[in-house]
Amino acid sequence: MTVPGSVASAPGSERILEVRDLVVEFETERGVTRALDGVSLPLLRGQTLGLVGESGCGKSVTALAVLRLLGESARVVRGEIRFDGLSLLPLGEREMRALRGKRIAMIFQEPMTSLNPVFTVGDQIAEALRLHERMGKREAWARAVEMLRLVEIPEPERRASSYPHELSGGMRQRVMIAMAISCGPDLLIADEPTTALDVTIQAQILDLLRGLRSRLGMSMILITHDLGIVAAEADEVAIMYAGRVVERSPTRSLFDDPAHPYSAGLLASIPRLDLRTEQLASIPGVVPDPAHLPSGCRFRDRCANAQPRCAAEDPRLVEFAPGRLVACFFPVSERARVAAGNGAAE
Amino acid sequence: MSGSTNGPLVEARGLVKHFTVGRSLLGRPRDVVRAVENVDLAIRSGETLGVVGESGCGKSTLGRLLLRLIEPTMGEVLFDGKRLAALSARELRSLRREMQIVFQDPYGSLDPRMRVGAIVAEGIEIHRIARGRRVREKVAELLHEVGLRAEHADRYPHEFSGGQRQRIGIARALAVGPRFLVCDEPVSALDVSVQAQVINLLHELQKKLGLTYFFVAHDLRVVAHLSHRIAIMYLGRIVELGPRDEILSRPRHPYTRALLSAVPNPDPEGRPQRVILEGDVPSPIAPPPGCAFHPRCAYAEERCRVERPELIEGGRGHAVACHVFPVPANGAPGDEAQAAPLTRG
Repeated sequence: MTVPGSVASAPGSERILEVRDLVVEFETERGVTRALDGVSLPLLRGQTLGLVGESGCGKSVTALAVLRLLGESARVVRGEIRFDGLSLLPLGEREMRALRGKRIAMIFQEPMTSLNPVFTVGDQIAEALRLHERMGKREAWARAVEMLRLVEIPEPERRASSYPHELSGGMRQRVMIAMAISCGPDLLIADEPTTALDVTIQAQILDLLRGLRSRLGMSMILITHDLGIVAAEADEVAIMYAGRVVERSPTRSLFDDPAHPYSAGLLASIPRLDLRTEQLASIPGVVPDPAHLPSGCRFRDRCANAQPRCAAEDPRLVEFAPGRLVACFFPVSERARVAAGNGAAE
Repeated sequence: MSGSTNGPLVEARGLVKHFTVGRSLLGRPRDVVRAVENVDLAIRSGETLGVVGESGCGKSTLGRLLLRLIEPTMGEVLFDGKRLAALSARELRSLRREMQIVFQDPYGSLDPRMRVGAIVAEGIEIHRIARGRRVREKVAELLHEVGLRAEHADRYPHEFSGGQRQRIGIARALAVGPRFLVCDEPVSALDVSVQAQVINLLHELQKKLGLTYFFVAHDLRVVAHLSHRIAIMYLGRIVELGPRDEILSRPRHPYTRALLSAVPNPDPEGRPQRVILEGDVPSPIAPPPGCAFHPRCAYAEERCRVERPELIEGGRGHAVACHVFPVPANGAPGDEAQAAPLTRG
């Protein structure tokens, strides 16, 4: 409410979040490792951006950078993060704390580690409300119960007095969601929110998130390794590889016509129930060690399309069709190839 | 469920496994986890039987029972017609060569202090399959077979990626020349691109070596890709079993249909109607009476609450344990009618 800069949320600021050319490095025992190398991501208000990639690609680091929760060993080398018109990187810790949990909230893969085991779930939700909304004890508790009802926990009055260990994995994730949305955030970052859950529970949680997003008008970043989830839940998708965004696209076009060889490879390596294939397409090799990245395109060692140019030059993320960007000299999509051939890639 | 004319390679009859949990002071009764309840199963030589189910459904326990890594509470396992329980320790040990397991965790299942060569050679030496220089040659062959190089034998597990470690685990299992392999979530800890590599490897090895797989995973997509037949487990019991295409195109049990519809499909268009189940999987300590699925089932009738449905085979080798949607017999009138609509109304 008294967040500096919230005045800037004027109508017409279409982008709720804009990450621009973000470079993040970590101090490790083996020296400095670059975890993000020039990541740019826009998120339109009310939309869901699916952030997809395999372990170590930088998707979680991107989320933590937005929340400024990277920790001591990390350093933002350059770049900008704008949230609702407000530049986040220069903010002081106090201002950031006022945003975190209130206007930008996050849920994690493993709810058990994010919940405090010694407090009831009602207390934990109420705590956030008292802190951010300055509610009284009773009011905050009533609102906490309301939140548990909103996330469809049965008998919310009784469940509010439960401790995290008394709840199932699916219920704990619901509690996490209740806590995250309790202050009515504009942006919800969900980092692999269903990875630890069984399939039928995963379907419940995704359904819940979808409903809440449209009811509360939230924007969302959905981080996942599962393209199947993204297909159903995201408006836009960004594919990350080794600290870079290699492709960005509206969800439909990505699945119909992937442009980057890595995106195409990822898609083809998911076994599908509706198609019977003997051999599953797979990507040879493994994700490169961040300390020993190949020159030029980081995917080239594993890429069937790679040419000498891929080792010599860094492919930049270039728009080849409206809203569709790819960082590749030899994309698999015909459309992207034509665009590149026309010199549009330069 | 009759096997082929040669008889099944692995057979389970009335398998039950109960675990006692909780503290018991002075003989106070403990809780009993009913991990596996009365499972009958026959795995044919050369086939992959895939088992899907959510955590706690008993699928991993079933795999361990088939290998006699744990003892059943009741029932028996037959391997190639021989009752495992009736074997002497020596006979069982020689049978161990025939059946191996590949674990989920490629990090925890390899001894970090042993070189890869020693890990793979262990079984060869224990079972005296080769000696001296032959051991090293055999290890090199195995590493090559799973897509690694001979010089990898001198390295330690931590020098390898997750996918490579899983290959080492597979090489170790193959070292003793097994016919039957239990694969317990072998790819679920791996990245998507690497997962596909390991799935393809398992598939190639099966074709080349004529292996029989019992393949356990929670990801129905992975199971469906590799399996000839699929079993669906819920709270310790098999609720549906049949040929892969039959299960995927004509699922009967409401739980199977919910599982199928919950599978994320990488196609924004082709999403089938979602069936979203309510509630959680009940505890295997106190499974509901009657059909264990009835509290979450939209079609449950009175008798589902009291009477447990048996797994009954209808046509096309398709068996289901459901009062409401049994498998129609071959060519029966109800056959084309297929399954009831996925959702009510």
